[in-house]
Amino acid sequence: MSKFTEGVRTLTGGRGISQYSMIIALVVIIVLFDIITGGLTLDPTNVINMVQQYSYILILAIGMVMLIIAGHIDLSVGSVAAFVGIVVAQSMAVWHFPPALAMLLGLVTGALVGAWQGFWVAFVRVPAFIVTLAGMLIFRGLNQVIGSSTAVPTPDSYNWIGNGFLPDFGPDFGYSNPTLILGLIVLVALIWSEIRGRRKRIRMHAGVAPMWVTVVKIVILGGVTVFATYLFSTGRVGTSFPVVGIIAGVLILIYTFVTSNTVFGRHIYALGGNSSAAVLSGVKSRRVNFLLMVNMSVLAAVAGMVFIGNAQASGPFDGTNWELDAIAAVFVGGAAIFGGIGTVPGSIIGAFVMAFLSNGLSLMGIDSSWVSVIRGLVLVAAVAFDVYNKTQGRPSFIGFLFKGSGRKKPTTTEEAIEAQPQGIDKPLGDKVDERLPLS
Amino acid sequence: MANAPILEMREITKRFPGVLALSDVSMTVTRGEIHAICGENGAGKSTLMKVLSGVYPYGTYEGEIIFEGDEVRFSNTKQSENAGIAIIHQELALIPELSITENLFLGNEPGRFGVIDWDYAQSRAAELLDLVGLKEDPDTQIKTLGVGKQQLIEIAKALHKDVKLLILDEPTAALNESESQHLLDLIAGFKKSGMTSIMISHKLNEIEQIADSITIIRDGRTVETLNVATDGVNEDRIIRGMVGRSLENRFPDRTPRIGEKFFEVRDWTVQHPLDPDRLVCKNENFFVRRGEVVGFAGLMGAGRTELAMSVFGRSYGTYLGGTIHKDGREIKVANVHDAISNGIGYVSEDRKVLGLNLLDSIKRATVSAGLGKISSGGVVDALQEYAVAEDYRKRLRIKANSVEDGVGKLSGGNQQKVVLAKWMFTDPDVLILDEPTRGIDVGAKYEIYTIINELAAQGKGVVLISSELPELLGMSDRIYTIFEGQITNVLSAEEANPESLMVSMTSTRKTGPAA
Repeated sequence: MSKFTEGVRTLTGGRGISQYSMIIALVVIIVLFDIITGGLTLDPTNVINMVQQYSYILILAIGMVMLIIAGHIDLSVGSVAAFVGIVVAQSMAVWHFPPALAMLLGLVTGALVGAWQGFWVAFVRVPAFIVTLAGMLIFRGLNQVIGSSTAVPTPDSYNWIGNGFLPDFGPDFGYSNPTLILGLIVLVALIWSEIRGRRKRIRMHAGVAPMWVTVVKIVILGGVTVFATYLFSTGRVGTSFPVVGIIAGVLILIYTFVTSNTVFGRHIYALGGNSSAAVLSGVKSRRVNFLLMVNMSVLAAVAGMVFIGNAQASGPFDGTNWELDAIAAVFVGGAAIFGGIGTVPGSIIGAFVMAFLSNGLSLMGIDSSWVSVIRGLVLVAAVAFDVYNKTQGRPSFIGFLFKGSGRKKPTTTEEAIEAQPQGIDKPLGDKVDERLPLS
Repeated sequence: MANAPILEMREITKRFPGVLALSDVSMTVTRGEIHAICGENGAGKSTLMKVLSGVYPYGTYEGEIIFEGDEVRFSNTKQSENAGIAIIHQELALIPELSITENLFLGNEPGRFGVIDWDYAQSRAAELLDLVGLKEDPDTQIKTLGVGKQQLIEIAKALHKDVKLLILDEPTAALNESESQHLLDLIAGFKKSGMTSIMISHKLNEIEQIADSITIIRDGRTVETLNVATDGVNEDRIIRGMVGRSLENRFPDRTPRIGEKFFEVRDWTVQHPLDPDRLVCKNENFFVRRGEVVGFAGLMGAGRTELAMSVFGRSYGTYLGGTIHKDGREIKVANVHDAISNGIGYVSEDRKVLGLNLLDSIKRATVSAGLGKISSGGVVDALQEYAVAEDYRKRLRIKANSVEDGVGKLSGGNQQKVVLAKWMFTDPDVLILDEPTRGIDVGAKYEIYTIINELAAQGKGVVLISSELPELLGMSDRIYTIFEGQITNVLSAEEANPESLMVSMTSTRKTGPAA
């Protein structure tokens, strides 16, 4: 049994286990809604629509989780997305910018907005909450100034990034060829990275999971990939994998790597975990904070541009409440409000949970007011579950499934004592601040 | 009834999942005595006190507690407080923004229907402050007071409730010598007025000085109870009980091989970060030779940490003037990054607040100040990272299952080793250690001293800041003394003794460092 549970532990990744409880929750939600709606949830058309409709949450959640790990937050993302959206739309409508140039303009605008907010947060040390609350008002207002509070339509040549699909080619097998190829690439990459990770752990002489664990992991993830490929390749004729899905997917891969494998990523976690210790370890906190704010606004710009492509116009109320969607996704995905904890993949799963929930409820014909109520309840429930588990020293849902054996037992008294419920004992903050005027 | 026990703990056994924290621990505390509990970190002292005070409620442990002749079964700390047991924890629980009075009565506000009777509170606060010998205005904000005074306020807070048994967990850990003495005198005074105290401390000289009896705990078991008056107790005797063997030397042997002067700080002047009229470093000069352990002695608040942190990339206060020279050249150290790349390391005084991200694994913490060395193009090499951390874990004998374990779960001594590993990995030429052995047990201290000696043997310069004079005298080749932001003297190992150091640590007379 112990060897088995050890394997289960490795399967669930050891660190940040709570995100795996969210995976289980996600699967439960999907299956449940699929049954209730009589298969509508996992209908190819619905899944494709969802990707196009909700990908903005995925893109925003990436930047948001990085900020939250570092101990900040961004309330302005919806307004920034709307502001960039109207700039892009107007540039094409008024100045007749080609789509590529308009997109470039959008990214630059996002970066400038981020630099503005980053300046206040990183250099003047105004809390991000305040700066971005102001940003929320400022950029919402500017969106309406530039667009005269009306919707500005975008050309079809541009809208491709929002509602387009991978172009089809080759013989017709009844499936979308590019989607099949994409699925195959993902599958191969998955197996390769799993085997490579395994080899690496062997070379590090780190605890290597039994082979069956690796196999199970590949089978599960591979199965999901094959199923998704099947869904996306059997949609209506003319559809395949959406372009926005590719954009979001690539961003997720890049930022997962950045947060977990780079020096910059380490610095984000270090600042959020203990900013004084980070500064005393040589982390340039101003630079990191500034870049995080810029990064967030650039991602908000991408989300805004994708959104107007899908909507085929930029309007004065675009991006309303997006910050809440993104923040909810991050916390459902296991991030901690005090910073230092959270992952990009976790937040993506959180985003999926929230998206499938909204989608499933509306497919059931539930009134949008009630959808909002239910989403709110789910957010509280998910985070409460997480908090409760942590205070009980039970890190995971998995822990429930394998009760009594799923968790590594403390081996020393110190560990056991640490595992006891404790209040939040934040050290005297002002003492540290006084010490570190530079941080 | 004079010598009747006020407290008996009988065969207390406390289990945590998978761990036996306390096993059949028994202890008898006589009324009116000062009873010390000694043991290494993790031996179970604090757990025992938590059982006593109801932090671990009745039912979660085995055994029985007899207090004032009756068996007590506390299910929370409120009940033990009402019974007259007050515990003062190592971590102070005062609210910095509130006044002394507000803190004293927090959770126990006098008054009716939720309306606080401030007149009564004020006069009672004055009485309580008088009891603990603290001359402060009761309206003073806590954050303006030093740790020593805060500790006294904690005690005053306990006295407000009718205390029969006062438990102090490491009360002097963060205090300087004079503050510690005041506290010890105070406890001795309470004893005269009939109060019983239990004191947990790592400072064996204090225990020797003040305790009537000593219970020694090792690995969750009672080793012995010593009666100070009859058993002829001294520090060595206590240590033998704690570690189960006698430590021949508290400091490892070392033959200093001291090279040339290679690191020098000249005319260092720094302003207080908030108060521009206050200088925390006044024109200070010091140097370090290769292979030398240089001690810095000073009372708390003398400016030792301020000096160290401001030299380490201007991490404290506002830099006003002064230069840093290394290997004969002036180096520019405007921030921590510069300091690290110029081969300066700083192991901070408070490892939990300034030294570690407690969310990190050992692996991540070990490489956190030297990521540049194991990354290329900004990408961290996971293999190297693991190898480095594993290497340090073995070399410094960090007790953990693997380097993937969280540092938050390690004992104080092991956490400190991780911090040392982190700075050793940056390969500094000068390593500044600020109170490196605070709050860690005798065995771990010895290991840290060994590491310090190894660093010196490698030709590095080690700056050792410590409040414990025996440690400075036992480890240093040369000792600077600081008083009120000025270096007042420098003594060689031969010249230095507690008296000569104390004189220079408490005098404003600037004798100037001998070249």
